[in-house]
Amino acid sequence: MSLIEVKNLDKTYYSGEIETPAVKGVSFNINKGEFVAIMGPSGSGKSTLMHILGLLDKATSGEYFFDDQNAKYLNDNELAFLRNEKMGFVFQAFNLLPRTTVLDNVKLPLTYSKKEFDHNEKAKKALADVELSNRLDYYTNEISGGEKQRVAIARALVNDPSIIFADEPTGNLDSKTGKQIINILQKLNETGNTIILVTHDKEIAKHANRIIHLKDGLIISDEPVE
Amino acid sequence: MVKAIIKSIKISITSLLANKARSFLTMLGIIIGIGAVIIIMAVGASAQNLVLTQIKSLGTNLIGILPGHSEKESPLNAFTGFSVTTLTYDDAMALRDKKNVPNIVDVVAYNKSAGTAVWSLNSYDTNLSGITVGYLKVEGGEVKIGRFFTREEEKNFSRVAVLGSTVKKELFGESDVVGQRIKIKNQSFEVIGVMKERGIVAMQDYDDQIFLPIKTAQKLIGVNHLGLIRAKIDQKNNINRAINDVEATLRERHGITDTSGKSDDFTVRNAVQALDMITDVTNALKYFLAAMAALSLIVGGIGIMNIMLISVTERTREVGLRKAIGANNSNILNQFLMETVVITLLGGIIGILLGIAVSFLISSGIQFFGYDWVFIISPLSIFLAIAVSTIIGLVFGLYPAIKASKLSPIEALRYE
Repeated sequence: MSLIEVKNLDKTYYSGEIETPAVKGVSFNINKGEFVAIMGPSGSGKSTLMHILGLLDKATSGEYFFDDQNAKYLNDNELAFLRNEKMGFVFQAFNLLPRTTVLDNVKLPLTYSKKEFDHNEKAKKALADVELSNRLDYYTNEISGGEKQRVAIARALVNDPSIIFADEPTGNLDSKTGKQIINILQKLNETGNTIILVTHDKEIAKHANRIIHLKDGLIISDEPVE
Repeated sequence: MVKAIIKSIKISITSLLANKARSFLTMLGIIIGIGAVIIIMAVGASAQNLVLTQIKSLGTNLIGILPGHSEKESPLNAFTGFSVTTLTYDDAMALRDKKNVPNIVDVVAYNKSAGTAVWSLNSYDTNLSGITVGYLKVEGGEVKIGRFFTREEEKNFSRVAVLGSTVKKELFGESDVVGQRIKIKNQSFEVIGVMKERGIVAMQDYDDQIFLPIKTAQKLIGVNHLGLIRAKIDQKNNINRAINDVEATLRERHGITDTSGKSDDFTVRNAVQALDMITDVTNALKYFLAAMAALSLIVGGIGIMNIMLISVTERTREVGLRKAIGANNSNILNQFLMETVVITLLGGIIGILLGIAVSFLISSGIQFFGYDWVFIISPLSIFLAIAVSTIIGLVFGLYPAIKASKLSPIEALRYE
């Protein structure tokens, strides 16, 4: 059964009289446990598509079903609930809270969660998964770029999401550290996590099981990686 | 609901602690405003207490009889500049008679004027208080050196004088005074005593005056009416009865048959009324000053709103991130609103402590200079300060919080 089902999805930005189509009628499904890379040059609509899939933005037309729920009919609170319970985000710029410890950053999604459990335990476990147990009480300005992105991954993992969105997660890192991050994502996929990776880098995209290639808002290819 | 609020308070405190310096500077406006209100209320209450205790020390079982008719609430005729000549020495003596006013202890009649006293080469401008012997019993006060004048001296126009301590110092310095002769308005007076220092009570300087027997003083300035009679009543409970007796006696002596009080050519007031009036005036002053200080709280509140708006802009990405990981609009609204309330409430509490500390220092300082100054902090002013700082947080935090909660998550995440 599909976790994500996209039918004829359109997204157009309006700025006064000017219409800028970003995604032009794309359709695809993503199943549980897949590791999909959405690839394309800048301006191809890949980030826009990820924002819609991540329920951060709404499509102009077409249908998007996440876990069999039509995104069109969800209100702001329901969207926030789904983002909190079912999704994890990793951004290019890390987006960690400044002047806050690693542990507190990872705990952040739990403060908005309605589930009852020990926040510290949960956050420590997620940090152990990214091998950062030795950095719990560091402030986010005291750790390296690669460590920051691992903290961000731990934060995405902490609430046991159904899917992790990673938007150019290696974009701000050197190639060696980038490789480490991709390996972590791969490992997470092997242990059953569904991952959508947005990137413009062919080498990085190769680590996924399937690549959806976008250009000018259209899917030009959608095939598995050998 | 309660849990959600506790949660947002927790998030706010974490976030405020992450920005300690800014949080403190933001608080400063509220700290100063609340501190000022607390200080003004405390110093005001203490000053009021000082004045009221001083007046009470004169005795609340005093009544004053003034010449001329007046409505209860309007200023007395005597204050408007005309001399009213309806009270005489014999009126005062009649009131002293227990047959007329059974509850009387004693009365003192006054005729005040000003003049220059001269001794050898020294001269000094002072108040000339023509009084009756009853002064000591009614007003209190002690003779320090020598003696007070007697009823005989009062009646037969004796040229004797009792000096207030300031007058003694100015005229004689350290020299002996009793038996010396001073000149007032070219008349010679024998100094028979000096009063003990008493200070300024209820805006009247007790030490800067020369006491003369009333008839002598009247003759000196060529009048035979009184400015004021003060009567001491045996018990506070008997004051109303005594007032009726005084009014009846004076009406009879002045040939007034109208008992409604409308035709009276005199006015009777008691100390309780005076206390009430002074309390009203000082309260009005105190609250007015506190309101002025409270204005600074509004300025502080606007400052906080300003900082919070900047903070929302500065933390646009943070808001975007929080929304991406599952915060809904009301989570964000509550966080920013609670941040403002925590700032103002904490500022308020620090302001209260600061205000109490400063008021305590002020009162210690004043006590050091020998005043009977009581340190007063009313629980009401503390309660009000806490309530006001919370309300300021809610009012001035609402707009920035709404602005933050309405940010779209992707716009916020893209913000550089």
